Amino acid sequence: MYAYDEIDRTLVNERVSEFRDQVKRRLSGELTEDEFKILRLQNGVYLQLHAYMFRVAIPYGTLASNQLRALAHVARKYDRGYGHFTTRQNIQFNWIKLAELPDALADLAEVGIHAMQTSGNNMRNVTSDQWAGVAPGEIEDPRIWSELIRQHTTLHPEFSFLPRKFKIAITASDHDRAAIKIHDIGLKLIKNEKGETGFEVLVGGGLGRTPFIGKTIKHFVHGRDILSYIEAILRVYNQYGRRDNIYKARIKILVHELGIEKFSREVEEEWQQIRNSSLQIDDEVVEDIRSRFTYPAYEKLPHMPDELRQAAADPDFEAWRKNSVAPHKVQGYSIVTISLKPIGAPPGDATAEQMDALADLADKYSFGEIRVGHEQNLALPHVAKRDLPALWKALDKLGLATPNVNLITDIIACPGLDYCSLANARSIPIAQELTRRFANHELANLIGRLHINISGCINACGHHHVGHIGILGVEKNGEEVYQITIGGRADESAALGNLIGPGVKFDEVADVVEDIVEAYLALRERPEELFMDTVKRLGVEPFKERVYATR
Amino acid sequence: MTSPLEQKKIKIAGPSVVTANRTWDGIVVYRTAAKSWSADLSEAAIVRNSDEAKALLAESVADDVGAIGPYIAPVQVGADGKVEPGNLREQIRRTGVTIGQPVQV
Ligand code: HEM
Ligand code: SF4
Repeated sequence: MYAYDEIDRTLVNERVSEFRDQVKRRLSGELTEDEFKILRLQNGVYLQLHAYMFRVAIPYGTLASNQLRALAHVARKYDRGYGHFTTRQNIQFNWIKLAELPDALADLAEVGIHAMQTSGNNMRNVTSDQWAGVAPGEIEDPRIWSELIRQHTTLHPEFSFLPRKFKIAITASDHDRAAIKIHDIGLKLIKNEKGETGFEVLVGGGLGRTPFIGKTIKHFVHGRDILSYIEAILRVYNQYGRRDNIYKARIKILVHELGIEKFSREVEEEWQQIRNSSLQIDDEVVEDIRSRFTYPAYEKLPHMPDELRQAAADPDFEAWRKNSVAPHKVQGYSIVTISLKPIGAPPGDATAEQMDALADLADKYSFGEIRVGHEQNLALPHVAKRDLPALWKALDKLGLATPNVNLITDIIACPGLDYCSLANARSIPIAQELTRRFANHELANLIGRLHINISGCINACGHHHVGHIGILGVEKNGEEVYQITIGGRADESAALGNLIGPGVKFDEVADVVEDIVEAYLALRERPEELFMDTVKRLGVEPFKERVYATR
Repeated sequence: MTSPLEQKKIKIAGPSVVTANRTWDGIVVYRTAAKSWSADLSEAAIVRNSDEAKALLAESVADDVGAIGPYIAPVQVGADGKVEPGNLREQIRRTGVTIGQPVQV
């Protein structure tokens, strides 16, 4: 866990008072909506179809149990008893009243939670690997650097009025769980030959209307130079970014139009001027941040405790363990992913009761810590293996032990037309129907790893471009129509999916996905060949044939 | 449903209303003939040509404290005079999400 210092606490509290005053002036008519909009967006407040939406940051996906309880409290007191975890390590409340928002923010501030920079054209919540600090083989805890960047960029005037929103993600593992290649800046922690810590820097990734996979702009930037390097990128962006056209304003378009070579030359020039400035980070600063992250006092535990051996006889436990439990860097411990994808339910939603109960389980079994991942699931990062059977039973009672992590029913979906004012089509009911179609666990397991991503419009909040199967809702003559792509991926081998053919109607989407999956099962060479590999080997054609032959 | 937030020209194809979200709590409201807002679609002022629509919208926009983001939305008026939303988006705004919420209200 990270302990905020006095500066952070003051900042968060001052922000609440400031916003309280702004809301008051808005409600009295002193501020017009035009004047207020930018202020509310800087505090995570959007307007959706039915109500305001309130987006709260969970920096680098780390939550303490008391913070999760505070989120449950907000859900219960100010909203309709649930919250929605998003793909950017945020939580959204869908039914909040503007007049009550300052109170909700004040309650969250008590536990160090805020909504700064969760919307608007600024530097957004810096995201990271939800297994940070516990993943085996990680270079070092990427949250130290996420926090450094968070501190530097929070309310930084130069980054508060960018041409468009700006998103950074950091990973420190070879397997990328933070989707760094689809962020404006992606950072991968590495060591150079001298054993010094630094970053491979990627730039220009992003989805939306014009999707791009990020490109490496520099193979190694020393840790002490990372702030000046990011600042150099942002300065070039601030200078050339297309403020005149919202569709061309993201850095990905600039990188694409200038070309990565020219863009990197510009950045290099800028960087040389500011590199040896006060932006150079002293080791003490990094060490100070490092010292504020506390790690549990792990016990020395056996690799295979009796409790686990005995529980292995229960096939239901085993089904859950195989998909939800991952190795931890400390022997005797595991990382447990909590599926927020029960069959038939909206992906990523958790009720206040579930959040409270999970906070209790985190206290009991995970040193009071919870993580939030971009797949819209949660995790308990430090569970002793001997506790896994008891934890599983408790999670099952809460409806939080669906054994489908990374399987076809572990769907990422945006709110779509049920909530979002920008939507063209619904996403959540498509996800619900798909989970019902593949509810049979044996079938889902037989299919193996397969990610479905659904967005309700081209903004791509559901990351449809990088879904193994991607579903995009569009509108045609007043009707919801869905375009389907296959072959995308969001990990270290990130790729954009390819369209399989004309769009299909709302009622047909689940049938089409079933056809694609049946085609895959028939085409794969062996059971271990994952959907992605079959698509890579054979391309789109055989799937297209299967889907459209009878349509 | 192409978002009406992208609505540039005012061109209406049939009976329409002006809808927005109430400022203090965000709920869906409709502009009434009495120059006020109502959460009940049946109380909405119905406009039938673009001049009427323009006038109703202008008057709604001016009431910035009452509601935010006003725009013109299509409705269907039945033979019995009953008013229904004219597309799926407006249907969802009126009756709520189509998916069942995790916690019933
Ligand atoms: C319902 C309220 C929401 C609104 C109004 C909204 C709006 C937008 C817009 C306009 C963009 C495109 C920005 C651009 O390309 O310049 C965007 C991108 C994005 N949104 Fe949302 N969003 C909403 C909810 C969500 C949710 C619930 C999630 C997570 C599940 C999410 C995750 C993202 C992500 C990851 C992107 C980046 C895609 C990219 O790289 O271009 N958003 N959002
Ligand atoms: S992808 Fe479109 S419909 Fe979905 S949440 Fe984002 S803006 Fe809304």
